[in-house]
Amino acid sequence: MCDTCGCNQPPDAVTYRKPGEHDHPHDHPHDHPHDHHHDHDHGGGRRLSVEQDILRRNDLVAERNRGWFEGRGVLALNLVSSPGSGKTSLLERTIRDLRGEMPLAVIEGDQQTLNDAERIAAAGAPVVQINTGFGCHLDAEMIRRALTDLEVPAGGVLMIENVGNLVCPALFDLGEHAKVVIISVTEGDDKPQKYPTMFAAAQLCVINKTDLLPHVDFDVEACKAAARRVNPALAFVELSATRGEGLEGWYGWLRARRAAAAR
Amino acid sequence: MHEMTLVAGILEIAEERAREAGAARINTVTVEIGRLAGVEVSALVFCFETARLGTLAAGAELVVREIPGRGLCPACGAETEIDFYAALCPACGGCLAVVGGRELRVACLDID
Repeated sequence: MCDTCGCNQPPDAVTYRKPGEHDHPHDHPHDHPHDHHHDHDHGGGRRLSVEQDILRRNDLVAERNRGWFEGRGVLALNLVSSPGSGKTSLLERTIRDLRGEMPLAVIEGDQQTLNDAERIAAAGAPVVQINTGFGCHLDAEMIRRALTDLEVPAGGVLMIENVGNLVCPALFDLGEHAKVVIISVTEGDDKPQKYPTMFAAAQLCVINKTDLLPHVDFDVEACKAAARRVNPALAFVELSATRGEGLEGWYGWLRARRAAAAR
Repeated sequence: MHEMTLVAGILEIAEERAREAGAARINTVTVEIGRLAGVEVSALVFCFETARLGTLAAGAELVVREIPGRGLCPACGAETEIDFYAALCPACGGCLAVVGGRELRVACLDID
């Protein structure tokens, strides 16, 4: 029925895997309506007041995840961006640089493949890969399920790399402390205007691949101004995950947020 | 395309409440969608028309009430209708707090 969203997938479509393990599908986290058939005409019937949030089920599980994080003093971040902005490269670099300072664990979200989880495992962090099948975003239930199979040390940092998509992940609370939106300078500097919901939902904007600035037509200040119009409180870090410039700003932000989460 | 996920949530809530009320069918499902909620209403309606089949709402109409975005200026107290492109107070230039427009709610049902 819906090839993009994936909510009509068979029960084993969402998988949770670790590098080196076999596939083991688990229960589909969504409920579906049961079949009923009625022949009828429209008519003026009874009015029933409902007043219920559509995302209540996700939001309840997100609250449960939030309690899980708070109880362990774990800082949980939801990394969101278009595909190809450098989320995984930034995580690899962060793990290698901060491994001795703070424990890091990663949940990877992609429609298919174990590729990103293998890169994270090679960098030295525990990781679970969620493959969403046709799904376009991670939801709170997927995170709850992944946490049962992932070592996240108390006082550590959990990085959730969402499916590359600047639209849908904005709506789904996973229980994280903050969304971090990543944009690379090979994209358009008007992205915050084109995808305002995501930039409005984020607390930090990482501008990545700054080493390529001399070669591309990307105006950093115009990008920031566009993002601030949507979200005046948004903080920014400019860096190159591959070359290393600007990483101290990102690490400083992480340290401050981790200290706040541990209190 | 998260609209299908939202439609699954709408139908789940609608069927649950309709069944509790002993309904034989649902005629209309009225939802309130904020303009800042990140939902494309036409996609929502399109998904609903497919997903409703085989449910108590198989013949139901989806009525969408759009809720405008509202911002409150903590500096001067002005309240103004906003979209995401105007998150600054038109009166004093302060940063507006979003106080409305992110609703995603099933408001009511019409049932038989």
